[in-house]
Amino acid sequence: MLEIKDEARGLISHGVSACHGCGLEIVIRKVMDALDDDVIILIPPGCAALFSGYCKETNVKVPGYQGNLENTAASASGIRAALKAKGNDHTTVLCFCGDGATVDIGLQSLSGAFERNDKILYVCYDNEAYMNTGIQGSSSTPLFAATTTTPGGKKVRRKDLTQIAIAHNIPYVATASAHNIADLQKKVKKAREADGPALLHIYAPCPTGWRSNPAKTIEISRLAEQTGCWINFEYEDGKVTINSKVKELKPVEEYTKLQGRFKALTPEQKVALQEEVTSNYNATMKKLQFMSE
Amino acid sequence: MQNQQEKPTKKLQKCSVLGPVAAIFASANTGSWRLERPEVDFDQCIKCGTCARYCPPDIITIDKTKKECVSFDWNYCKGCGICANECPKKCIKMVPEGSEA
Repeated sequence: MLEIKDEARGLISHGVSACHGCGLEIVIRKVMDALDDDVIILIPPGCAALFSGYCKETNVKVPGYQGNLENTAASASGIRAALKAKGNDHTTVLCFCGDGATVDIGLQSLSGAFERNDKILYVCYDNEAYMNTGIQGSSSTPLFAATTTTPGGKKVRRKDLTQIAIAHNIPYVATASAHNIADLQKKVKKAREADGPALLHIYAPCPTGWRSNPAKTIEISRLAEQTGCWINFEYEDGKVTINSKVKELKPVEEYTKLQGRFKALTPEQKVALQEEVTSNYNATMKKLQFMSE
Repeated sequence: MQNQQEKPTKKLQKCSVLGPVAAIFASANTGSWRLERPEVDFDQCIKCGTCARYCPPDIITIDKTKKECVSFDWNYCKGCGICANECPKKCIKMVPEGSEA
């Protein structure tokens, strides 16, 4: 069925036209390595669409299709229903969406899929803006980050996707980041086995949109965890395990100074950002610790 | 309108596939983008495999039996420099493409 023109080591070809140092490229490879070829992949428009290929050439070895931004989860529900009608219960239905297709445009269909308890594996790679269309701000863009639609810095806080998902009472929700690959792959395997919808929210730095050095992608991902801007945890059937074990938070400035999107911060904004990150970290940790008991 | 739609579909009776379908698994030659290339100092290398783990196009191969254990696929290496930045021994250096070794 699939004609192999250039052989690749994993399920994804090596030559994909993602930017230099793309966090998404690391994430999608590691996610597909943790799964096998018994997968149907759904990719909405976005940077991940580079992997579904151009014209008659594709960059993934598994079957899949590119839908619309707003209906990925609904399409996945349909595929799951079709597989069920055929008596197939082993194939994984994987949605691979960006933050725009998840927290903004695709939120209603995602909520619907969660409500129906359809067994889908939904991966949101979070690069914190609409990178593929030209760095427009999304509701996952953090406070004070500059994008083309928020040139002076975003004025409001970001949405908390994982808490929205947990409120639907689904079996598995987890966050992961690009630098901790063992943790990421463990969570993908667990999410696949979940009895119902599973959501993985993965932090994927974007050097082009964040105006950072491509070589620092992994370093930025690590600093996000160490400064408290990103918290890794998993929620499994009502029980929370916190994976981020940070003894003392580093100052947020170490994280922001590597990125051009925070370049125009005034000294007052830097103080406000530090306060916001610390209070958000403490509040989230308190909430998670309460849920883990 | 109905006739207009029926015409092209009737011609395609032999074709069982609907819509545009990608059926060729191919790679783009992303190695042509490279401005800097990684170079490994094999005397310091401890063969840990960190570079291979974080390589975005996944083109680094580690062969622990050889002295020159790290090899790159130059067809696809974009020269992003993540391997050089993440190396725990800092023994990978980015050199301008086209310069002598």
